Amino acid sequence: MRRRPGIFVNLVLVAGAAVTLVPLVWMISASFMPSGQANSEPPVLLPSPPTLANYVTLFTRMNVARNFGNSLVLALTVTAGSLLFNSMAGYAFAKLRFAGRDRLFGVLIAALAIPVQIAMLPLFLIVKSLGLVNSLWGVIVPGLSGIFGIFLIRQYARSIPDEMLEAARLDGAGEFRIYRKIVLPLLRPILVTLALFTFLGSWNDFLWPLVVLTDDSRYTLPVALANLVGEHVQDTELMMAGSVLTVLPVLILFLVLQRYYVQGIMMGSVKE
Amino acid sequence: MTSHPKKSWRSAEARAALLFLAPGLSVVGVFFLIPVASAFLLAFTDFDIYALADAHNVRIVGLSNFAGLLKNPVFWTALRNTLFFVLVGGPLTVLVSLSAALLLDAKTARWKGFFRTVYFAPFVTTLVAVATVFRFLYHPRFGLLNQFLRVLHVPAVDWLGDPRWAMPAIVILAVWKNFGYNMIVFIAGLQNIPESLYEAARLDGAGAWRRFRHITVPMLAPTFLFVGVITMIGYFQLFAEPYVMTRGGPLNATLSMALFMYQQGFRWWNMGYSAAIAFCLFLLILSATIVQFLLQRTRRA
Repeated sequence: MRRRPGIFVNLVLVAGAAVTLVPLVWMISASFMPSGQANSEPPVLLPSPPTLANYVTLFTRMNVARNFGNSLVLALTVTAGSLLFNSMAGYAFAKLRFAGRDRLFGVLIAALAIPVQIAMLPLFLIVKSLGLVNSLWGVIVPGLSGIFGIFLIRQYARSIPDEMLEAARLDGAGEFRIYRKIVLPLLRPILVTLALFTFLGSWNDFLWPLVVLTDDSRYTLPVALANLVGEHVQDTELMMAGSVLTVLPVLILFLVLQRYYVQGIMMGSVKE
Repeated sequence: MTSHPKKSWRSAEARAALLFLAPGLSVVGVFFLIPVASAFLLAFTDFDIYALADAHNVRIVGLSNFAGLLKNPVFWTALRNTLFFVLVGGPLTVLVSLSAALLLDAKTARWKGFFRTVYFAPFVTTLVAVATVFRFLYHPRFGLLNQFLRVLHVPAVDWLGDPRWAMPAIVILAVWKNFGYNMIVFIAGLQNIPESLYEAARLDGAGAWRRFRHITVPMLAPTFLFVGVITMIGYFQLFAEPYVMTRGGPLNATLSMALFMYQQGFRWWNMGYSAAIAFCLFLLILSATIVQFLLQRTRRA
């Protein structure tokens, strides 16, 4: 009698997993199909014969390696910058005492609720006046620091014992040395989380790169893919290969580091 | 210990804080806070492609952008579509997330780590890429969805071509993509409920449904608020799905506020008009967030 609910729960879990995976599995499968096979009736589920032709086309005719490179440079630069800037600011908000600290932090948290789209039009004018339209830098610079990153680091840094910092100060260590030698090593787990969030966020970002970048050669992968969908909508298998190329790096990164990702979500959702 | 050296540490600390905050806060200030403030100003100007060429062409036009919006039927369509997406997609996503979390939290569930990873995976994927995939899954003739429905003898639906189905199709994609995130938050919330509460209820003879209704739901109230607000704010910003799958069509059936804003601002360069749309979207999000907090408070009282 008591076995039944167990069977039911696990059956539903398996069914849910199947439904969740179908789009991703089909994407991978169709990316290896010869041209036209994905549009068959009844459906062909596995490529026969499997071919790399779509990927070859992407890299030769579409020159997608350039877009891949753009996405990589963007995501890596934004991640490096946000690790440095956010960890410094987050630590200062958590541990350094100065007048008006909590009020300033409160203002930032309130601004966290403002959607980025609101800022986008004037931001474009600022980026334009800096001469960064159609440059990867125009996409990178606004992402170098963010309120959520500062918040995440600050929450974690609060657990650093004050005695540790005071002891270092008594030993005559300067503030920057304390940050580098004591604080950064202690922040390591949350830095991995922040790096993961930032990398995935800027890799997946669409609207802002779409606005800033105007040349095919400057496009990031998502922008290039959206553009490709507009032009080659008939070529299902090619689109799927492009989707795989876009999704796979972040999916692998997540699978390897998911422990840190999940921990970050839980921290972000814990209220003050 | 004298107080004097301590004081000098303090001021050194404040100076250090300034240096530590400077880079991060400059970026946030210049590239976020100032643009947000200027967006409000922009909404009261006629900033357009001529102003983009020469800023002297900008004039202050008061509320005329807003008056123009209210008279534009496309604005009302975009508003209706966005509200549909938020009010149908939001609760549906939360419901699926909660169900998945409850299943994974069940004592009898096996391979929890595996299922959690699978359910969460869509959330980290690139929206543009999965929207491309769904575009083909929704193909009226060859798409897997309709081919599956045919097996069940359900008549084919032209998912993205039929104005009645295009928005529901986008909702399905959004639920699939996003439920994993809320699921993780719900699991954390469920694990914070003390087991003793359930044991006490069981001793009192409360069944599974009553335990859920009178322990799980009230104990999850803060989680519901967080999940509700986060999901809602995200869904109000619907953009990439219609951009990739339908370009806002058919017949503007999937035109969202954000897509309308993008088209006006960055395709036609009506930036003043576009800023007015952004302003409306902001007010909408703000008031909806306040409503959620108020609802939560009255429910608790």
